[in-house]
Formats: sequence, C-alpha cells, structure tokens
Amino acid sequence: MEDSETSRIDTEPPVIRIRDLVFRRGRRIILDGINMDIRRGSIVAFMGPSGAGKTTILRLISGQLRPDEGTVEVNGRLISSMPDRELREFRRHFGVLLQDGALFTDLTVFENIATPLREHTDLPEPLIRRLVMTKLSAVGLGGIEERMPHELSGGMARRVAFARAVVLDPDIMLYDEPMTGLDPIAVSTIRTLMRDTNDALGLTSLVVTHNVTQMSQLVDYCYIIASAKIAGEGPPANLSVSEDPGVEQFMNGKVEGPIPFHYQPPGAPWGLLD
Amino acid sequence: MQQPNQFLEKITGPVTQAGQCLIFLFRMLAGVRFSATQILAVLQQTYLIGARSLVIIMICGFFVGMVLSLQAINALEQFGASDQVSLLVGKSLFRELGPVLTALLFAGRAGTSITAEIGLMKATNQIEAMELMAIDPIQRIALPRFAAGVLSVPLLTALFNALAILGSVVFSIGVMDLDSGIFWSKLQTGIYFEKDFIGGMWKSLVFGGTISLIAVYFGYSARPTGSGVGTATTNTVVLSSVLVLIFDFIMTSFLT
Repeated sequence: MEDSETSRIDTEPPVIRIRDLVFRRGRRIILDGINMDIRRGSIVAFMGPSGAGKTTILRLISGQLRPDEGTVEVNGRLISSMPDRELREFRRHFGVLLQDGALFTDLTVFENIATPLREHTDLPEPLIRRLVMTKLSAVGLGGIEERMPHELSGGMARRVAFARAVVLDPDIMLYDEPMTGLDPIAVSTIRTLMRDTNDALGLTSLVVTHNVTQMSQLVDYCYIIASAKIAGEGPPANLSVSEDPGVEQFMNGKVEGPIPFHYQPPGAPWGLLD
Repeated sequence: MQQPNQFLEKITGPVTQAGQCLIFLFRMLAGVRFSATQILAVLQQTYLIGARSLVIIMICGFFVGMVLSLQAINALEQFGASDQVSLLVGKSLFRELGPVLTALLFAGRAGTSITAEIGLMKATNQIEAMELMAIDPIQRIALPRFAAGVLSVPLLTALFNALAILGSVVFSIGVMDLDSGIFWSKLQTGIYFEKDFIGGMWKSLVFGGTISLIAVYFGYSARPTGSGVGTATTNTVVLSSVLVLIFDFIMTSFLT
C-alpha cells in the first residue's frame, strides 16, 4: 500500500472504538481489557491462534455478543448497550462474509443475493434483478444466477457470498476466515475483491484470519490476539520484524514461546507441566 | 450415586426446555404479518412438507382401511353383524386412527426433515448469516415451516381418512362381497359430521401445531454439529409421537 494512502487512513476518525472490553464465557476470560481504534477506509486483521477470541471480537462488534465490561462503539453509536430491535436495524450497515460463505442452501444464487434487497427495501423486481446481476458480474460470475449453492465450487460460493454481502452497499465489511480451504487462484481473487471493493466504496473491513502470508499482502493494520489480550498491533511490515516474543512466536509459527501449547482449564489447581 | 444438583437438573431441564419452547412459539407468532412474502413462503413450505408427504399418507391410509375392515369383519361375523363394518371403520378412523396415524407419519416424514434442515442451516452458519443481515431467522425460517405444518396435517388427515374408506370399500365390497348399499347407508347414517369428522380435524390441528413447533424448536436449538443435529432429529420424532398420544387422550376426554 502507498505511504500517502497509509497516512490518509491515519488521519481518518475511528469508525469503531473499543474501550476496556472484557468478555467471559462462564468462568473463562476470553478477552480482557481490549482497546482498539479502527479507522475508516482501512482493512484491519485480527490474527492469533485458534480459540484466542478473534471471532468473538467480530461478534462483539456486530452486536451478536454483549461485553461483560467496557464499550463497543460503531459509527459513534454504542453497540454494546443498544436495544435488540435497534441493533437489528443497525446491522444493515454491516456486510458479512462468513467461513464457507454460508449461502442459503434452499435458494438459488440469484435469490441468495436478492434476499437482503427483498428484506430491507421496497425496490421493484426489475431493479432488484439489475442490482443482483451487476453484483454478480462484479465478482466475475455472470450467468450462474439460476444455479443452486451445491452446484458451486468453494471459490465460486465464496464470491457469491461476497456479492450478497455488498449488495446493500454496507459501511463496514466483516470477514470471518474468508480464504480458508480455497486454492491459490481463488485466494488471490477473493483478496483482490476485498481490496478493490474496500477502496472503491470507501468501506472499513475487518478480517479474522490465521494466515500470516495472505494477510500481510492485504491488510493495513493488524491486531494479534493471544491469551485474551492484544499481544501486538501495527502494520504487517512492522509486526513481521517485531521483537515482542508473543508476536514473533505467532508470525513465525513457533511452538515454543509465551503463547502456551497446553490448554489450562479455568480454575484448574495444577497443570501437568507445572 | 447421582449428585443432588445433577438430579435437580434432570427435573428442571425439561421444564426449562418447555418454557423456552413456548417463548419460541410467542416469538414466531409475534412475527405474523400476513404479507405477500410471508404467505408465499408458507405456501412454498406447505408444498415441500405437506404435498411431498402425500404418497406415504395415501398408501398408509389405503392399507389401514383394508386391515381395519379385515379385523372388523372377522370380529363382527361371530355375531352376524358384518354389515356394520363401515360404521366401525368410519368411527375408529374419523375419531382416532386418522388424526393419530397421520400425525405419527407426519412426525416421521416431515418433522424430522424440518429439524434436520434447520439444524444443518445452523451448523453451516446460515442462521448466523441471516442475523447479521438484519433478517430475523425465526420469522424467515421457523414461522413458514410451523404454519405449513399446522395447515398440512388436517388436510393430510382428511386425505388419509378418504383413502382408508376407499381401502375399506375395496376390501369389504370388492373382496368380501358385502352389500354396497348397506355399507354406504350405515356410513352415512352412523357417522356425524360435527362430532366425528370435525372432532378429528380439531385433533389433527393440535397435532400439527405440536409436531411443527417441536420440529422447528429442536432444529433451531440443535448443537451445530453432526451429532447435535442427529440427536435433535431423534428427539423430534420421540417427543412428538409421545405428545401426540398424550394430547389425543386429553382431547378425546373433552370431545366425547
């Protein structure tokens, strides 16, 4: 990414502001004292080992989960204490691409993409058709609108899900492991779509991922989550040369380091290796 | 030996589930809009779960009618009353066997498919995707299936009854050579439309609601794993079959 572009994003106001966030599942602390400022127009990655709480952050931002302590603010609105009905309306600002695409298996490709339009707008059918076909062509899949999701390859399903996610022109895109299980060509296609769409429409994109290489080519800023805290943050180039032991362990995929191999259940009096 | 809290959980667990199931029902009913989209979705589901159960209901109805006639003729012959066969078959069909057997078949054919479908939607994140798209999955997924179930079971019961009478006609008149005039006149004079037929329809309406509610609720609350969906599907059949028989007794007590 160009330096001028990076500095432009740095001056943008934060579209998502998280303060002193604590989230627990039973007695287990998943996230502890998280603070984040995510700026408009940026692509931000949440990385870290499995079970570190990356997807949980995404769910806290979309309001699917409520924090035990702290606040989550999106577009200046307090998501963490928003009433359910208001929250449902507010979610129209989000576009979501989940792992495997999560296409509705009982609907055709066309109906999948048209669903958000039918639910949230009163547009006439010819306009819905035109919008769906435009989005489908934009992801390079014109002509497959009558197919069912089970007739698509993994990469095609992900692209259809992408078209569905952007059909309402959202402000914020949430991606949960968008490239898992795809071949290298499909990965590049999805990556290009993410970058181009983000820049062309002025979106803010949040990406949950494990894959260090893929993300260093795509994102502007990266948070590494480990042991319920932010172990490191910064542009990918800075993180790859970080001397922080936790960040270094994750970026280089080392077994030894401060991120533990053994899972310690909450309240366990002792560990095998203690 | 069981811990006291585990024992307590065995008692409170089903009560909690029943409460959650009722809340789920109210959430569904709160979403009724009678909009064109909703009516279309209900009709589509009625086709998928109702019309596709037609073959099994028709085959079973026909053979139940034949076997009922066979047993009835054998028993009534001993008293020289085999001409009463249509009355016996009609009463037992319209009041009990029609609604109950249709409901049990519906639970096995459609209830399981509803639970498995919704459970798999949950396991493949489709429900989550819907929530994130600001679409209420209870209104979009559960309500049309529930309404279609409530609508389908009485219609299927009527068809089951009709096919069972046809089976009885084929066996009694065609095979056993009973007089067709006596057969039809006994059926016409001995069966009361309101008490027998409509009473059975009320039962089937309640059975349809019970099975559909259990099917959508178990699908929606299934653990999003292969075994979770399997368990939910089994629970749907077991619980709906048991509840159909319990409600049948309760309703019969009030309707007779």
